[in-house]
Amino acid sequence: MVKYFCSSTDIRSTWDHVVSAFWQRYPNPFSTHVLTEDVVYREVTADHRLLSRRLLMKTNRLPRWAERLFPSGMSRSVYIIEDSIVDPVNKSLTTYTWNLNHTTLMSVEERCVFQGSVEHPATTQLKREAWISSSIYGFSKPIQEFGLARFKSNQVKAMKGLEYALSNLQGMYTSCVFQLKQGREQEEKQRKTKQLIFNCCHFWKGGKLKQEMELSFCPRNTGLLS
Amino acid sequence: MIRAGDTNVGSRDCFYSMNSVGEACTELKREYDTCFNRWFAEKFLKGDRSGDPCTESFRKYQRCVQAAIKEKEIPIDGVDFMGPNKDKPES
Repeated sequence: MVKYFCSSTDIRSTWDHVVSAFWQRYPNPFSTHVLTEDVVYREVTADHRLLSRRLLMKTNRLPRWAERLFPSGMSRSVYIIEDSIVDPVNKSLTTYTWNLNHTTLMSVEERCVFQGSVEHPATTQLKREAWISSSIYGFSKPIQEFGLARFKSNQVKAMKGLEYALSNLQGMYTSCVFQLKQGREQEEKQRKTKQLIFNCCHFWKGGKLKQEMELSFCPRNTGLLS
Repeated sequence: MIRAGDTNVGSRDCFYSMNSVGEACTELKREYDTCFNRWFAEKFLKGDRSGDPCTESFRKYQRCVQAAIKEKEIPIDGVDFMGPNKDKPES
């Protein structure tokens, strides 16, 4: 039994910005459950499309009733593959994401298409589809419901994370200093105490990203960090 | 990483980035990501096919991360690109 979920939304950014932000959306304040991110394959095809594979490791947050069903030694980490194709000629980014482990418990597959438009260049259309299923005998329905609820909540976080990355690219300056702690042993505590501190340092450049600067550039001695 | 109270912030200090699954690979990942993001926005998206300046940093990063993947026995080998998508209807 597979639950299917589909949604469509418009992002108020150009396709170029959306795709650039796609690569830089981690970490963000909404992704504390994502612990590691790696590019493990990349290729530019003869027809100038970019193929990539990213490996993500996320915490696996289960409700208590589900945790009791499984041995305590079971890994708390979920490995996720995200494959993507960037087609700059047709202005489309297609991504396919699925979990490598814990698939018996729950399998979540998601396909996203980010489509730019010639008629509306300031907007990018996002279509998302998801397929959620569980093979646990006798529990698949509640697990699927849980999976769907968590998927929807993760979708909201993912959109917020992407918007956060987009506003970074557009050069918004914030005078805040946070520090992100990613200790794996601490993940449980972090989630409970919401100890989220970020290092951020951006600067306003009239709304346009200055191409010659590294995205990570930070002004010296501004005295603006507090 | 910058800490609260720091006033002497150099150009390489302000960096927020993810860890690699291989703890020793994070710095290599960071170098590669910086190169890639610049190349992606300035060359690739503009249709410039003049070559990839990130080949060397990618090679170093991959050597490290692929070893970490093997060591942690992450089951990524032999997984087809866009694998499960092949069963799905066109959107």
